[in-house]
Amino acid sequence: MHLHVEAFLQTLPIMGYGMIGIFAIMLLLYLSIVILLKIFTRHKKEEN
Amino acid sequence: MNLLSVLFGNLMTITWQQLVMWIIGGTLIYLAIKKDMEPSLLLPIGFGAIICNIPASGAITQIINGVTEIGILDVLFNAGIANELLPLLLFIGIGAMIDFGPLLTNPKLLLFGAAAQFGIFFTLSMAVLFGFPLNDAASIAIIGAADGPTSIFVANYFNSNYLGAIIVAAYSYMALVPIVQPPIIRLFTSKQERKIRMEYKPKDVPQVVKILFPIIVTIIAGVVAPRSVALIGFLMFGNLIRECGVLARFSQGAQNELTNIVTLLLGITIAARMQAASFLSPATLLILCLGLVAFIFDTIGGVIFAKILNLFVKDKFNPMIGACGISAFPMSSRVIHKMGLKEDPQNFLLMHTVGVNVGGQIASVVAGGLVISLVSALL
Repeated sequence: MHLHVEAFLQTLPIMGYGMIGIFAIMLLLYLSIVILLKIFTRHKKEEN
Repeated sequence: MNLLSVLFGNLMTITWQQLVMWIIGGTLIYLAIKKDMEPSLLLPIGFGAIICNIPASGAITQIINGVTEIGILDVLFNAGIANELLPLLLFIGIGAMIDFGPLLTNPKLLLFGAAAQFGIFFTLSMAVLFGFPLNDAASIAIIGAADGPTSIFVANYFNSNYLGAIIVAAYSYMALVPIVQPPIIRLFTSKQERKIRMEYKPKDVPQVVKILFPIIVTIIAGVVAPRSVALIGFLMFGNLIRECGVLARFSQGAQNELTNIVTLLLGITIAARMQAASFLSPATLLILCLGLVAFIFDTIGGVIFAKILNLFVKDKFNPMIGACGISAFPMSSRVIHKMGLKEDPQNFLLMHTVGVNVGGQIASVVAGGLVISLVSALL
């Protein structure tokens, strides 16, 4: 079987950008949940 | 004599490849019924594999005596899969089924979902190394999303020649999570690490947060990876129906009737791409191997990420929970929870594993969108 090493090397940036992209999105989601929980949990406490 | 040949002539045209496809179809039906492996999909796929491999089958489009006869499986394929309708409708049902509560209680778990998508990107490179064109490599890699509709959506987006093999691999490995994941996890963790207990602090998540969450996920994922909007949007739409509190009937309908009808049609329709001529090739075998590679490296990615985090945090994570980021909801969370109990009967990881698992569901869909965006830019 012939291995396409050159093409393989060209895909490595996709791996890098893909993992960076997914961590960036998950980090943004994490931060937004933390902010939402802070705002609305405090709001609920004040109501009580 | 002529009438006899009309009745039995077809018998002589059966090829050995078609016989092999009948056996494959029969095996899928057996696994669905006897082994309870994803029966809602493997059974229709198995039966579809048989009916589309009968010579001159009227179920698929054929040219008979120079006349094109349109088959119902191709009609369904063009109406429901070629335009990505069925996988997206299925996402509404899946979204309506998911409770993001455990994730919202401990949002850090989202990051495990990101780490456990490593197998997708690793497999993409490996598929290219073995000679697949980039569009097919991306479609094969998405088997690692461990999520059927995402696999169908991405493979169809790239117009992959291997849609049938990719879907069979995706659903088969999802059903095989209890066999695939445990040995990999044991290989990358020590007994001591597997015994790490994680305290679960139940928190009351305000309803408004549960309602805002699907909207925010859609906007953030959509802005960064616009190609994922259809995927993540339909998933989150289903979840919004569930959490809004005023559409209980819709939520029930999405979870039951919609999911059942779409799954039924999806399974048998996919079989239209399991014709012997295209399915029985060395490439199919290679795709099955690469699918396994994707699942293995997803698992490794999640576990290693947990171990790295443990170097910096006071309250240690049990590294096994990282493996649930693979998606394959809810199978993976149950498997890891059981592994935890086996190591220490007092170690209840379930709420953490469910949290990571639903985080993995979001991450796998986002990964699908990212693969589409990144690979499209290079094509």
